[in-house]
This record gives sequence, structure tokens and C-alpha cells, in this order.
Amino acid sequence: MPRRIVYDHNHDGIDRRGFLECMAWAGTGALCTLSGGVLKSYALGDVGRVARDLATADFSFVQLSDSHIGFSKPANPDVSATLQAAIDKVNALPTPPSFALHTGDITQLSKPEEFDTAAQLLKGLKTHPIFFVPGEHDVLDGTGKAYRERHAMNPTGDDWYSFNFKGVHFVGLVNVLNLTPGGLGNLGPQQLQWLERDLSNVSSSTPIVVFAHIPLWSVYPAWGWGTDDGAQALSYMKRFGSVSVLNGHIHQTMLKVEGHITFHTAASTAFPQPPPATPGASPGPMTVAADQLRGLLGLTQVNFVRGKHALAVTDSTLAENGSKESRL
Amino acid sequence: MKLVSKSAIFTLAVSLTLTSAAGTHKPASTGDPAPYVVDIKDFAFSPRTLVISVGSRVTWKNEDEEPHKLAETNHVFTSPPLDTGEGFVYEFRRAGRYEYFCTIHPHMTGEVIVESK
Repeated sequence: MPRRIVYDHNHDGIDRRGFLECMAWAGTGALCTLSGGVLKSYALGDVGRVARDLATADFSFVQLSDSHIGFSKPANPDVSATLQAAIDKVNALPTPPSFALHTGDITQLSKPEEFDTAAQLLKGLKTHPIFFVPGEHDVLDGTGKAYRERHAMNPTGDDWYSFNFKGVHFVGLVNVLNLTPGGLGNLGPQQLQWLERDLSNVSSSTPIVVFAHIPLWSVYPAWGWGTDDGAQALSYMKRFGSVSVLNGHIHQTMLKVEGHITFHTAASTAFPQPPPATPGASPGPMTVAADQLRGLLGLTQVNFVRGKHALAVTDSTLAENGSKESRL
Repeated sequence: MKLVSKSAIFTLAVSLTLTSAAGTHKPASTGDPAPYVVDIKDFAFSPRTLVISVGSRVTWKNEDEEPHKLAETNHVFTSPPLDTGEGFVYEFRRAGRYEYFCTIHPHMTGEVIVESK
């Protein structure tokens, strides 16, 4: 049932009710559309539509996140199996994505054997290449050495990087190192300087996709779900007509629009976390009934359709036929 | 705030088997080399502020299903990553106020106030 925004308190094109509806639908199958900053929401279950969109898109890519290989607590005793399920889901897509993103927390404790297990599993992903950014769990040594040895994307030695694909400019940012007491995610002045310079070479009509582990927007700072200097980074993107920010970290899908910038967080392939501000909860693993787990895990597909200025984000759960679509 | 030098400090990281979920800043069993306990639970340090006297040892115990890693703000002490059930022991040999945080979840902060005897 289509529905328009009732209260837009923050003038950000999304109201509390719509936001909570999107939240409540994580993993249950729903469709959210955004057009001109107006959120509409529909019940879904229409996997066929996803397949049709994939067939007509200029290109698509998938986002995997928060695989936490090495985690074995009750919230999910077998995170390798659920990462494998996500890989199988990507491999089964009728139109293969052009590439994949992994937005961090590949491992639970940055252990070499955890990185190795993840790499072994991801070898089975038919979609290549995979572009990585680290999560805080991947850099527990404080330097990111173990991560960098395996997943360094930038020959300069920096962990951040950008690339172009079919007219879209992609930027991978790192906001999990050099964190400060009482703070949130952190990009740091060096990376911000690089970002400003990197974007200065890109025309305003070029669609921008930014991906990083911790949300660049303030989802819920009391739980550390935000980036201290994220607003500074986003200020460099105001002149662009289309900016999409893809994050992980919070283990649930969430959508927000501010002007030309759309924010989206992906589900985890490992375990769910509670919605922000859940009474009595903390931002750690949430144990649910075994038969509900895969409905709360998932992956994200993003389709670009040129000319229509459209970017379709589809969140698929690891449960049978679970999906949620957002057209931005 | 009085700062202390790193060399004046004795540190020891140990793996612990957690036996109590209710530990606060009261002494544990007699003869325990680390009589003060800070629980790391629900992404918070409990107690957040601990007052001890010089020479006391403090044990942090991670009771979360998430790893945590401690760092004193002035690098006086740093723990290895503490997985569920693991602990970190630190002996405070100088009076002062020690602020620390979790380097993985930096919104988690705590302090130890060490008073002269």
C-alpha cells in the first residue's frame, strides 16, 4: 500500500513512521521507494521483479558485510555456513553482478586463520573482483596489518581508494582506525584530504557510490553507530546529483535520504543486532530462534539504470524468497 | 591529573574463566592477586569509575559476546583483544587518574582513580 510522508521533522525526506516501517521490515520482505525525497512503502515478496530489474539494469553489484568469520556464539554457531548461503545466493542470480563489495568485519578477531577461512569461502563467489574495506574487527591489532596483507586495494599503501566503473565513481573509505575515547568512527584528516582531492576530479553529473564499514551518518551515536567526521566527508559530495552511501556495522538494513545523498546499511551474513535504542539492549549479537536467523541475515544488490537516474537497492535475506527493495 | 610513566607499571594479561557475573569494585576472594574487578558487560564498564589505592591490581572481565580491547588514554596500558570470557589484569603503582576506553568501541569509556596510601 503506497504511503506518503506525514512528518518530516528533519527535512530529510523520511519520517519516523516510515523509518520504523522500513526497520521493522528488515528481513521480512518489503519494498521501499524514494522519489523526490518522498518515501513510499509497499509490501513485497516480488522476487520476479528483482530479476526483471536486474535484466534491464546497466549493471549491478552486490554488497556483503559483517561476516565475522571466527564467531561461534549462540547468536550464530556457524557463520561460515551463512556466509556460504549468501555466496550461493549471489551465484544463483540470473544476471551475474559485475563485482562485489565487502564492507568489513570479514573476521571476528583479525586472526590469520579467520582471514584464511573467509578467503577460502569467498573463492567460491563467482562474482569478481571483490572490493573490501575493513571493519573494526579486522584491525584488532590497531594497525590493520593482517587485513592489509590480504586485502590492500591501494598500491600507495593507504587503505582508502576509488575506482570508476561504467561512469560511476566508487570510493572505499576506512573509518575504523585511530578511534578516540568517547568517539565514533573516524576517517581522519589525511583521508579527508585525499577524499576532497579525489572528488575534485569528478564531474558533478557522475553518480557517486561511497562505501565504508561504520555508517557515515549518525544512526545512533550512543551505540557508536556513526562517524565523527562523516559530515565533513559528505560535505564534499553536495555538488553531485546522485550520491549513495553504503555501510555495514549495524547488522540490519536501514535507509535514509538527505537531499541528493541516500544512505543504506546492509544486513550481516553472520548475526543480527537489535534495532537502535531497543530498551535494555546493547549493540552486540542478538540471539533469535534458529528458524528466524536466516531471515535476519542477508546481502544487498544494487542496480544502476542509466537515463532513469535510478539506483535500486534490494536487500535479500538468507531465508527462502526474502527480499526488500528500495528504489532511490 | 597526575600522569605516570609506563616503566613504573607492571602489566599482566591473563585468560580467565569467569565465575561471577555480579562482580563490582569489591575485593574478590582472599589471596586473589587482582582483588578489584571491572565487568565489561553490555558494552559498558562496571563500575565506570573505580577508586583504589596505590599498589592495587584491577581485573577487567569481558562478559560480552563481542571482543573488547582496552587502552589508557595516555597509553599507560593497553590490553590485547579480549574475547568472551577473557580478562586483563593491571597493577597500578602510582597515584593518579587513569582514563581508558575500548579501542574497538570507543564510546565505551571508564576511569580508575588511584589514591595514595
